[in-house]
Amino acid sequence: MTWVNAVVHGILLGGVYALLASGLALMFGVMRIINLAHGSLALIGAYMAFLFTEHVHVSTYLALAAVLPGALVVGYVLQRTMLERSLRAGQLVPLLTTFGLLIVIANLLQYFFSPDVHSLDEGSIGTASWRVSSSLSIPWFDVLTFAVAVVVLGGLQLVLRFTQLGRELRATAEDADTAELVGINARSVYARATAIAVATAALAGVFYGMRSSFDPNAGAAQLLYAFEAVVIGGIGSLWGTLGGGIVLGVAQAVGAQINPEYFALSGHLVFLAVLVARTAMQAGGIRLTLRGVA
Amino acid sequence: MSAVAADMPETRVQRWTPLSVAFTGGLAGLVVLLAFAPVVLGENSQNNLIQLYFLVIMAMMWNALAGYGGLVSVGQQGFIGIGAYAAVFLSVQHSLNPYLSMLLATFIGGAVAIPVAAVVLWLRAGAFAIATWVVAEAFAILVSLDPNPAIGGGTGTSALLPFNIRYTPQQRLHYTYWAALGAVAVLLLLLFVLLRSRLGGSLQAIRDDEEAAASVGVRVLLGKGILFVVAGAGSAAAGTIILAWQLSILPLGPDSIFGVNWTAKMIFMVLVGGLGTFEGPIIGAVALYVLQTYGPNNGVWYFVLLGGIAIGFALLLPRGIWGTIQERFNVQLLPVGYRLRTVSNGKGTT
Amino acid sequence: MTALLEVDGLDVRHGLLQAVRQVSFEVAEGETLALVGANGAGKTTLLRAIAGAHRPAGGRISFEGHDITSLAAHRRVKRGIALVPEGRRLFPNLTVEENLRVSNAARRSGAWTVDAVLEAFPLLQSLRHKRAASLSGGEQQATAIGRALMTNPRLLLLDEVSLGLAPVVVEAVYRSLGALIEGGATIVLVEQDLARAMGVADRVVCMLEGRIVLEGPRGGLTREQVTEAYFGLRRGATA
Repeated sequence: MTWVNAVVHGILLGGVYALLASGLALMFGVMRIINLAHGSLALIGAYMAFLFTEHVHVSTYLALAAVLPGALVVGYVLQRTMLERSLRAGQLVPLLTTFGLLIVIANLLQYFFSPDVHSLDEGSIGTASWRVSSSLSIPWFDVLTFAVAVVVLGGLQLVLRFTQLGRELRATAEDADTAELVGINARSVYARATAIAVATAALAGVFYGMRSSFDPNAGAAQLLYAFEAVVIGGIGSLWGTLGGGIVLGVAQAVGAQINPEYFALSGHLVFLAVLVARTAMQAGGIRLTLRGVA
Repeated sequence: MSAVAADMPETRVQRWTPLSVAFTGGLAGLVVLLAFAPVVLGENSQNNLIQLYFLVIMAMMWNALAGYGGLVSVGQQGFIGIGAYAAVFLSVQHSLNPYLSMLLATFIGGAVAIPVAAVVLWLRAGAFAIATWVVAEAFAILVSLDPNPAIGGGTGTSALLPFNIRYTPQQRLHYTYWAALGAVAVLLLLLFVLLRSRLGGSLQAIRDDEEAAASVGVRVLLGKGILFVVAGAGSAAAGTIILAWQLSILPLGPDSIFGVNWTAKMIFMVLVGGLGTFEGPIIGAVALYVLQTYGPNNGVWYFVLLGGIAIGFALLLPRGIWGTIQERFNVQLLPVGYRLRTVSNGKGTT
Repeated sequence: MTALLEVDGLDVRHGLLQAVRQVSFEVAEGETLALVGANGAGKTTLLRAIAGAHRPAGGRISFEGHDITSLAAHRRVKRGIALVPEGRRLFPNLTVEENLRVSNAARRSGAWTVDAVLEAFPLLQSLRHKRAASLSGGEQQATAIGRALMTNPRLLLLDEVSLGLAPVVVEAVYRSLGALIEGGATIVLVEQDLARAMGVADRVVCMLEGRIVLEGPRGGLTREQVTEAYFGLRRGATA
């Protein structure tokens, strides 16, 4: 594995993170909710797909047709029951309740599916890859995942830009109080946004399950990576999430190239470095402005 | 206009009520009483109480951050781990007395909290939570990669040796018990003093309205910074007690000393007890202890119950047990706040 | 014939403050009611309570004969009440057209469409795709009124439409309002500018510290009476 290979793999890995993070970015952008259970919900998607393909012998992709509608319903119900109440109880409360949900889901999955690893079948694509050169080989599946991420993010942007739901979402995100006064049912808007977010999570979970094996505790690690992608890319920006995912993926891949044990650590260090740099720039910017004024 | 001034009742600011004097006195007495436990109680009870003590410390620290500072940290386990590993390092590598190592490790935890604060304290709620978690994960990985045999890398390490060459198992139990009780008492006292000081008032102001507080000169970042460092040191102290109690620790995996499960427990304790109250964390720690001792033995259902109860409290009883009692009956046992009492003057009605 | 809007014994709290105390009045269809009073008199809170943004602590609000006191704000829009909030409160990052179309879900049948709004407020025609945050005060006011009109309301609530605008712009805004009033709209208008308020209204209600202290038809009240009530100069003598 050469450096170029590592970087390319990192970019493609960024697609995986961006796909998972898209729902997170949507929920945070619209509702200011940090859903710590997002990774767990993605994992449920993977497990549901697993169950489905075990009993109905179709390709994993077809299983999506069953999993995604279910995820939409789960997201809608989750918002209307737990998250709505959490938001009302205070700014910090959704963090706490979704963390509780993360713990509950991880342990329930462990009970029903055992701590063993499972994985989903990626179909005919399998492990085929494109040999670009003697040192660079790009797996088709990773490219597919990246493409799906771009499509999802692009789709979300289109929905936000051009649909009535998108207008209502943006308006409610900017000023929920006035939105109600112009006839927007904020609770319905939020519920639909969460439904979409959970559906993207389930989609991400299925793709993750095809790419690598998963176990009940995988939700937390993936969640952390997804959040790192969102924060690196800039909270509130959908395309930023893709950029953030790529930065994270490359950092992890390059770190792993140096030493496989540095995989997660290099991602964490880059994450923290970006935060420090951003804060320093903000502080420096303020100081510069003050100097200009004073 | 002068008629208005004469109508105002004379008021006095009161900090101690008879109830709070009684309770604080009682609490101090309880601590003294508990100090005699190793003499009176058996091994099992002492072990159980040690567990309760480090749970109380964790709950107090998490509550200090979230309840008083508005900082929801999902990464205190990082400091728990640092405390434990620092204590191991000092006692194994440098052959210091393990209890001295524990004390030093507490300060090391506080010291490490300073640069961490420099990185994360500027962040808003969501990013702050994630960043603290990332920091804890980074600590865990760094420890697991450490080649130093005292640290033990990914397979973990043990403090068995430094304890065994100096103390019998019974002595270790007694001394650890007293160290734990002492830590609880000292940290309780520290937080009590901090909250009664100007810092306490500043923190209340910050909680109510951060921008307004800053505009009247409240040093918001300094206040939060102090809380964060204290919480770091306190969490490290809890970590050292866990080390002294279970002796062997791991950096990674579900039972890791750096595990996010510690945060799950902290959240549970504070939510159930009462976020932002002084007495709440103690009640929450007792509740968790009861759940641990009498609840499901199977790890999975224990955590499901833990998470479920925490969610239930967050949604239905967000002020926790003590917070609700405090609101309902206007009771405060430990005098960290101010009360306005009206004193009727001779003229007119109040 | 029952009035279009009936407010009866309304009490509304704003945080810890009692902003509206025992307020009762009626608005008939086609009428223009001016709500005047000094800052803090409770006018905005009252209007927001009618629109559904504040839950009253006591009292009743009826619209078209139905009790809407506990009805959610967005449902009141569907019933035909539209508020133009104080300070315009447009959605800053949405364009003018998007601001107009955002209330589509609560749209009622009627003559107002995006094109109709642009015709009524010609200055907006070239600004259709501009971000609301980059508009001038007068342009924002026009957009905010247009946004409320898009739902084809039966009752239009206007909160301080002249606030922060240059006199020339206010003139233009009130000209458009005049056209609306002539068209038979029912309007409750909060306005600090007494002259303007009394110029367009059929009836005037004056509030002070949350209570109604004066009420009457435009012709039946002198400016002195209203001014006195406005400033509470004859406190203790009001009914």
